[in-house]
Amino acid sequence: MPQFRVPSAIPGFGLTYGFVWLYLAIVILIPLGAVVLFASSLGPVKLYALLTRSDTFAALRLSFGLSLIAAAVNAVFGLIVAWVLTRYSFPGRRLLDAAVDLPFALPTAVAGIALTAIYAPNGWIGSLFAQGSVWASWFGPLKIAYTPLGIFVALVFIGLPFVVRTLQPVLSDLDKELEEASATLGAKRSVTLFKVVLPTVFPALLTGFALAFARAVGEYGSVIFIAGNIPGVSEIAPLLIITRLEQFDYAGATAIATAMLVLSFFILLLVNLTEAWSRKRLGHVR
Amino acid sequence: MSADAALALGPSSGLSEPVRLPSPVTESRLAQIALIAIAVAFLAFFLLLPLIAVFAEALRRGVNAYFASFTDPDTLSAIWLTVVVAAIAVPLNIVFGLAASWAIAKFDFKGKSFLLSLIDLPFSVSPVVAGMCYVLLFGAQGYFGHWLDSHNLQIIFAIPGLVLATIFVTFPFVARELIPLMQEQGTSEEEASLSLGAGGFRTFWSVTLPNVRWALLYGVLLCNARAMGEFGAVSVVSGHLRGLTNTIPLQVEILYNEYNFVAAFAVASVLASLGLVTLAIKSGLEWRYGDQISAAHRH
Amino acid sequence: MNRRFALRIAAALALAAPLIAGASPAMAQTKLTNVSYDPTRELYKEFNAAFEKNWKAETGETLRVQVSHGGSGKQARSVIDGLNADVVTLALASDIDGIAKATGKIPENWQARLPNNSSPYTSTIVFLVRKGNPKGIKDWGDLVKQDVQVITPNPKTSGGARWNYLAAWAWARANNGGDDAKAKAFVGELFKHVPVLDSGARGSTTTFAQRELGDVLLAWENEAFLSFKEFGEDKFEIVYPSISILAEPPVAIVDGNVDKNGTRKAAEAYLNLLYDKEGQTIAAKNYYRPSKPELANPEDVKRFKDLKLVTIDKDFGGWKKAQAEHFGDGGTFDQIYRPQ
Repeated sequence: MPQFRVPSAIPGFGLTYGFVWLYLAIVILIPLGAVVLFASSLGPVKLYALLTRSDTFAALRLSFGLSLIAAAVNAVFGLIVAWVLTRYSFPGRRLLDAAVDLPFALPTAVAGIALTAIYAPNGWIGSLFAQGSVWASWFGPLKIAYTPLGIFVALVFIGLPFVVRTLQPVLSDLDKELEEASATLGAKRSVTLFKVVLPTVFPALLTGFALAFARAVGEYGSVIFIAGNIPGVSEIAPLLIITRLEQFDYAGATAIATAMLVLSFFILLLVNLTEAWSRKRLGHVR
Repeated sequence: MSADAALALGPSSGLSEPVRLPSPVTESRLAQIALIAIAVAFLAFFLLLPLIAVFAEALRRGVNAYFASFTDPDTLSAIWLTVVVAAIAVPLNIVFGLAASWAIAKFDFKGKSFLLSLIDLPFSVSPVVAGMCYVLLFGAQGYFGHWLDSHNLQIIFAIPGLVLATIFVTFPFVARELIPLMQEQGTSEEEASLSLGAGGFRTFWSVTLPNVRWALLYGVLLCNARAMGEFGAVSVVSGHLRGLTNTIPLQVEILYNEYNFVAAFAVASVLASLGLVTLAIKSGLEWRYGDQISAAHRH
Repeated sequence: MNRRFALRIAAALALAAPLIAGASPAMAQTKLTNVSYDPTRELYKEFNAAFEKNWKAETGETLRVQVSHGGSGKQARSVIDGLNADVVTLALASDIDGIAKATGKIPENWQARLPNNSSPYTSTIVFLVRKGNPKGIKDWGDLVKQDVQVITPNPKTSGGARWNYLAAWAWARANNGGDDAKAKAFVGELFKHVPVLDSGARGSTTTFAQRELGDVLLAWENEAFLSFKEFGEDKFEIVYPSISILAEPPVAIVDGNVDKNGTRKAAEAYLNLLYDKEGQTIAAKNYYRPSKPELANPEDVKRFKDLKLVTIDKDFGGWKKAQAEHFGDGGTFDQIYRPQ
């Protein structure tokens, strides 16, 4: 039976470890526990009934589905952005690098209002696709704001930095010898990229994907302004929680919240396990 | 979109190879330009445009209207309240971040992965849920509601509730910046310091802290930007009393709902500027101390 | 050395503790908190100033009225969860019923305590259309014409939207010989023409006016008038349907809170002033229909058109019934969006 902690000469473990748990408990665990406690007091039958109501189910499906798509898009473009930022030097690179953090720094509600202003039918981009535009004369008008597409735009916005910032350190530490070896053995550059580079960064890509996904599922501020909020079509789960609360339906709100919590936690646990596993498998990749 | 074109251009490297003999570990010039173009277009489209929109809307009626937006006493008190809330929440998260990174990076113990997951948890908890759990705890109908009421204490719909909600959503920022860097740095310097007779706190203060100070600063800046900009969680616990419990993001919503669009975007631009300053400082730090922060570049 | 570090942490916590526990040591007596719904911002801005002046003149005390605005349901929820409101002035009676039921801080018979079902002012639901009425919208029936898009908030969260919903229902029922099933089908069809459901009345007006979405906005009469003022007379027109509903936004004292805060007298004076000449004048000026029109400025009262109005009590059996039947879990509104 291995012991709990590897002995170390460094002091302060008890103090800091204890404080971490104390603070974690007060600020995060007890409050979240209250949600779970409240939900469990409803009993499994009622909980199941609340979660399978058609509008609840539709909202959860929409939130998780759109978040998956947005995270996937972010994974693809985030990989390109991270690659460009770490591998190439070009004018404005630093500016671009800084811009990646914008969604962290820009308040979500502000982002939501700004995105709505841009993508509404009379906005800068929305008008390019609205009735009477060149696009509309070819393909018919396309609505962005107030549709699931608008939600998707907002989710891409808030998720991007998670992918880029997870990939950057891995890419910059990537061992170029591997790529050289691959090239020496006659592999084309594209083959090297897909057979050597991609597998190496894949765990990090997965982590970034999962973080972007987890964030997108819960996002509220930047989404509600641009979502149409039509039940079953463009109503996201966090908004439904608010709607339930405003109907004095605490049980309904808590049920949705718990479902989201449980799913999120499993996703994150998976992420950290994958990370630990890949670090063991690939050695030191950071 | 240009994505299709870029993909088509990608493998065209074969032509120029015999002449220029490019490095075998990079892409052809064309492919590079195409990739850069994709990255720039994507970032401009999704990230920069909203930022520009904020300032464009704020300045729509000219500079005077912009500055007139800041004479409203409710707006001023919202700005003050936001500063107060951040001034409490951020230091608490700094203390936590330092403690957590010390415990996690300098020691090996069981369940570390689990603890890390817990620290990350607030990233993936919906801000709405974060606000709601404090309502369930401290609301009048909540678990502690009765006790608080009988002691005449108010947590939600007052500053403490705003602070708690803010701490919740900004919880992992400092810790997440510090942990990877401190793991990278290992324990040898601390061990050396200890073997030379320095105490634990002295070692932390004069060895560990200087090693991570820039990452710490960056974490604090991000934490602060998010603390001041939080909307969802704060909205649930605020009560929206004008001039009393409205933070800047909530004030933005109020102004927006009063058809006062210029003022709404003007106040929003304060937060956007805060974000820009954060990013500027961060870029400056990276440029100067790049290697000392690089390991911390994960969230 | 450990101890010094521990001390620092303890000191930091100690510094923060009073801020966390200190909370708001009982709202001082010089404050009166009015928790109101979305479109009353301008009304209460003016009325609060008048009341503060009045109170000062009568008692010599300086009193500050604090207001909070938001969707009616959200505001009621906040009061239930402990927002320290002295008076509530919400969009519909069922939200105040909700507070009474959940907290017991308001007696069940609250609506009988003040005249006019506790509604010092009323309003109704009208159509706001774009200038020139390009889609030719005259009555409820025109809203389900093929290319018409209707903007309304979500009845689950917005009080105004519930009045919209019931007004549409009342028209359809009257036009179908009192058949509720047909009324339900009509309202269902109507909501198929709704592209966005904002959570509050203000959100919908912004969507309609600023984002230029939709052909007709179902709005409070006072909001429709106000949008002329805010966005310009040349942009919109008001269309009065053949039938609408008498919307009664009620007011009430939160007894449980005023007794704790010691603000009962001020709260009573506040609500009484609403019914008085000054309150009625300000209400009419802000496009609310005064309950005693003789007290208001006749110029203002002239703006209100006579309409055939149904009432919640006579035509829908009161809010308790209507709320459960239409907006509760599995009610008619939920059924509209249930996939067939």
